[in-house]
Amino acid sequence: MTSGASLFVTLVVFANISAALWLIWYTTRGTRRDAAQETTHVWDGDLTEYNNPLPRWWLWLFVLTIVFALGYLALYPGLGNYRGLLHWSSASQWQSQETDARAKFDKLFAPYKGMSIAALSQNPQAMATAKNLFELNCSSCHGSDARGAKGFPNLTDDDWLHGGTDQAIYQSIAYGRNAAMPAWGTVLGPQGVHDVVDYVLSLSGRVPPSAATAAGRQKFMTFCVACHGPDGKGNQIIGAPNLTDKIWLWGGSRHDITETVTNGRTNHMPAHLDRLGEDQVRLLAAYIYGFSHHGAAPAQQALQQ
Amino acid sequence: MQTAQVSAPAARVYYNDVVVRRFAIMTIVWGIVGMTVGAYIAAELIWPTLNFGVPWLIFSRLRPLHTNAVIFAFGGCALFASSYYVVQRTSHVRLFSDRLASFTFWGWQLVIVLAAITLPLGITQSKEYAELEWPIDILIAIVWVAYGIVFFGTLATRKVKHIYVANWFFAAYIITIGVLHVVNNLAIPVSLWKSYDIYSGVIDGMVQWWYGHNAVGFFLTAAFLGMMYYFIPKQAGRPIYSYRLSIVHFWALISVYMWAGPHHLEYTSLPDWVQSIGMVFSLILLAPSWGGMINGIMTLSGAWHKLRTDPILKFMIVSLSFYGMSTFEGPMLAIKTVNALAHDTDWIIGHVHSGALGWVAFITIGSMYALIPKLFGRKEMWSTRLIDAHFWIATVGVVLYITSMWIAGVMQGLMWRAKNPDGTLTYTFVEALKATYPFYEVRLVGGLLFLSGMFIMAYNVFKTLTAPDARPVQVPVPAPAAV
Repeated sequence: MTSGASLFVTLVVFANISAALWLIWYTTRGTRRDAAQETTHVWDGDLTEYNNPLPRWWLWLFVLTIVFALGYLALYPGLGNYRGLLHWSSASQWQSQETDARAKFDKLFAPYKGMSIAALSQNPQAMATAKNLFELNCSSCHGSDARGAKGFPNLTDDDWLHGGTDQAIYQSIAYGRNAAMPAWGTVLGPQGVHDVVDYVLSLSGRVPPSAATAAGRQKFMTFCVACHGPDGKGNQIIGAPNLTDKIWLWGGSRHDITETVTNGRTNHMPAHLDRLGEDQVRLLAAYIYGFSHHGAAPAQQALQQ
Repeated sequence: MQTAQVSAPAARVYYNDVVVRRFAIMTIVWGIVGMTVGAYIAAELIWPTLNFGVPWLIFSRLRPLHTNAVIFAFGGCALFASSYYVVQRTSHVRLFSDRLASFTFWGWQLVIVLAAITLPLGITQSKEYAELEWPIDILIAIVWVAYGIVFFGTLATRKVKHIYVANWFFAAYIITIGVLHVVNNLAIPVSLWKSYDIYSGVIDGMVQWWYGHNAVGFFLTAAFLGMMYYFIPKQAGRPIYSYRLSIVHFWALISVYMWAGPHHLEYTSLPDWVQSIGMVFSLILLAPSWGGMINGIMTLSGAWHKLRTDPILKFMIVSLSFYGMSTFEGPMLAIKTVNALAHDTDWIIGHVHSGALGWVAFITIGSMYALIPKLFGRKEMWSTRLIDAHFWIATVGVVLYITSMWIAGVMQGLMWRAKNPDGTLTYTFVEALKATYPFYEVRLVGGLLFLSGMFIMAYNVFKTLTAPDARPVQVPVPAPAAV
């Protein structure tokens, strides 16, 4: 703020407070407490006014709030560029709280620093914290039981869109993932979509081979093969789902799959490293890793609770 | 009423009560509409499927419809009715322009209908209490200027030397709301129903809450104080307690209110100095706010026995109690440490409704019960017992509403900040939400009680209007000599 603006703010604040004080002085001067004169004003036949003195307690309340305000403005920033006697600022308050928290939690997380994600997933204390972190940061999409929802992957089934190794899971949480299925409705046409859906259903053995699946296969080998592969088993490098299992991110009914093929789907997992920091992301990776890896009982126990 | 024509040559002049009658009736109609929407969205918070998957019925579209309907339709019509009535009666002159007054009625109703159509369609500026898009904003501005001309024209042509205190408050409200509305809604239109704000970032936030808080201060506080300053002494048959108190609290209130907006943006990217100023002026606001309560309650002192027989006075005295309570709560909530707990919780919803239902609606209901029979040539309403029933049902409704939201809000604030020893939060958001459900249910019951009171009022008004002796009367302006 320029010093001119700062001065202006200060002056207007004082002007308003002084005006309030002057008003109190002006209206109380020369009044006696017992004097309840009536003004001579009359409106609408019978509307009149007394002119009682201001209640004392009310006046003192008024003055008290003004005194408090002046004291506060002396101690804290408020009068333009004036920083206040305490040199307080919201940024410095945040900084000091952040530093305190950092110091405390660094100590708490210190033992986990050297441990591998697999080892962390077997550490009950680490997993108890990880469960809290999961519920606060992940459960709104993946559910508090980590089983996901339509469009949000189940993390407990050992089926992985972007890979289930400790490093892949860490990568997903730290840097996020984006995957998109394009819309094929206009390219394939209604009959084409129908055939492709039939073929996709046949990959998991849900419809028997027919003329439609054969026609669908032909289309699949042209349009879908690049991402989902010739055998339909998907590609974890780009997050293309395996179509031969019975796990469906966006629903496995004919209706859902038709919708997916026609209009496409977009999935986005946000990046968490900047927000949570290395320690917490590693704990979360271990927690999720533990769901589907035998021997990681603590993580599974934490989930059960 | 035809007999008046005898007194020629100087034909008698009558007050313009046509426009007052229209606004008074629409006050009740819009009150029922707005509160019904309110009860509906309160139910949606408990049973989200009540939106039936229809976009027009989702909470985020109906909520602004509720706020606009109760503040600007119900409250607005009540203020038009009472300010037009009061300014004539206390200036001893007919409204400055009948045609402009009639225009403000039809213009304001058009604004309300347009709001009721556009908001459910999702057409919004996304500014709280200023959601309406630019074409409606322009219409509001035009109606408001006409309102100003009628009001100040009447005041300027008054036959009484002193301006009655109620008119100070109405005057401050009309000027300030006009300025707030225009400044906050400055936008660049890109199509008929879409515009972009000329402000951005934190400045947009500050302008919005300068508007938002002063809308509370001047629309919901100052203007209804104007209503209070006429109808309470009239109903109690007592003089105003203190002229000098009204001077102090009027000037202090209107000047200090202007600073208080930033308390809506504490702990945001708003610069610290603005936040501090917003907080300290909010605290200074306590005494000036209470000045109005003292003047109202002390005016009633000496007429306490009337409370036993007159439920209209009960509405008025309770409105002042809620006014005092919420204007104490407001400054407390503005203190940063309290705000850190209360911000974004249902406590704020409770606070707003303690003001909106307890103060604004109660003083409006009381004043309308006093005003409506007079407008139709009757001494009183069709049924005093129904007014009494309305009073008790509404009081229980408000108390259930605000206490449930207080408890819910403090609980949410505490749950959101509770931390585990490992630094993680103890409760997820969903857990706090789940814990809130019982209070949502109590709130809905409170809201439904309040709404049912409005239906009782509508029935009572209907019976009053259709009574054999009820007819729109013409009241003559007193001759100057009588002043």
